[in-house]
Amino acid sequence: MGASTSADTDAPITFYRLQACPYCERVTRLLEAYDLEYTSRFVEPLHSRRDVVKRVAGVRTVPVIVDETTGVTMAESANIVGYLEATYGHTTDTDTAEETAVADAGGAE
Amino acid sequence: MPDFEVVDLGPADHPTVGDEAPDFTRPLVTDEFWQDRTLSELAADGRTILVFTPMIGSFVGKYVWDELAGRGWADYDERVVGITASTPYGISRFLDENDSPFTLFADPGNEVADAYGIAHALDGMTGITEPRVAFFAIDDDCTVEAAWVATEWPEFPDYDALEERLDLV
Repeated sequence: MGASTSADTDAPITFYRLQACPYCERVTRLLEAYDLEYTSRFVEPLHSRRDVVKRVAGVRTVPVIVDETTGVTMAESANIVGYLEATYGHTTDTDTAEETAVADAGGAE
Repeated sequence: MPDFEVVDLGPADHPTVGDEAPDFTRPLVTDEFWQDRTLSELAADGRTILVFTPMIGSFVGKYVWDELAGRGWADYDERVVGITASTPYGISRFLDENDSPFTLFADPGNEVADAYGIAHALDGMTGITEPRVAFFAIDDDCTVEAAWVATEWPEFPDYDALEERLDLV
């Protein structure tokens, strides 16, 4: 209940995240580096309280992004970083390469 | 008569009919997540009822939201949206545990209530203020069409009269 009433924003990327989660912050940095428009949706630490993420992405971990531009829904920060870089990385140059270099090990909470 | 007196808050200096409703951006909380939303953007979709209550956990807040749910305020064409001086975590749990159909803005610093002239400092809870119970009907240009603001604490509206005043039918 209620969720649909606040689902309508213009940003093409919806970013499910947990406050202070380092894996999520890694995605945040890349979204900002690529100057992408996104809407943050914060969920709770308890996985049992993350039904919305389960419905959207089939998992209860965050980060998750939903990119309406490409139709992609993706979990796991390493996957997301790789996806963002492959999809949007050509729009910037050296800063991006650095982000990629640190995005090796996977991660989610 | 019971031997007690409610606290007289006196009149509030709040926006009235024809005034512009102060705009704000705060996390709008559902029973599952929260995301920043702006009042004027919500209002642009159509007539909006903005409901201020004391903080989550107080009996006053619970009574108001239970009453509005029971009266079917979630089913009106108008969007009914709440706001209170609580964290997103507290509000989300409240909505979930009460199976509430509503969404509430989280304004733990109570700045929005302050902007609406309806902040109330709590005796014995130093540093904490919360909103009075208050209702504002806002049109799609963020102009106040109707308002009801508590002048006592606690005070609940006459809900039948309130629905009439807010033109909820």
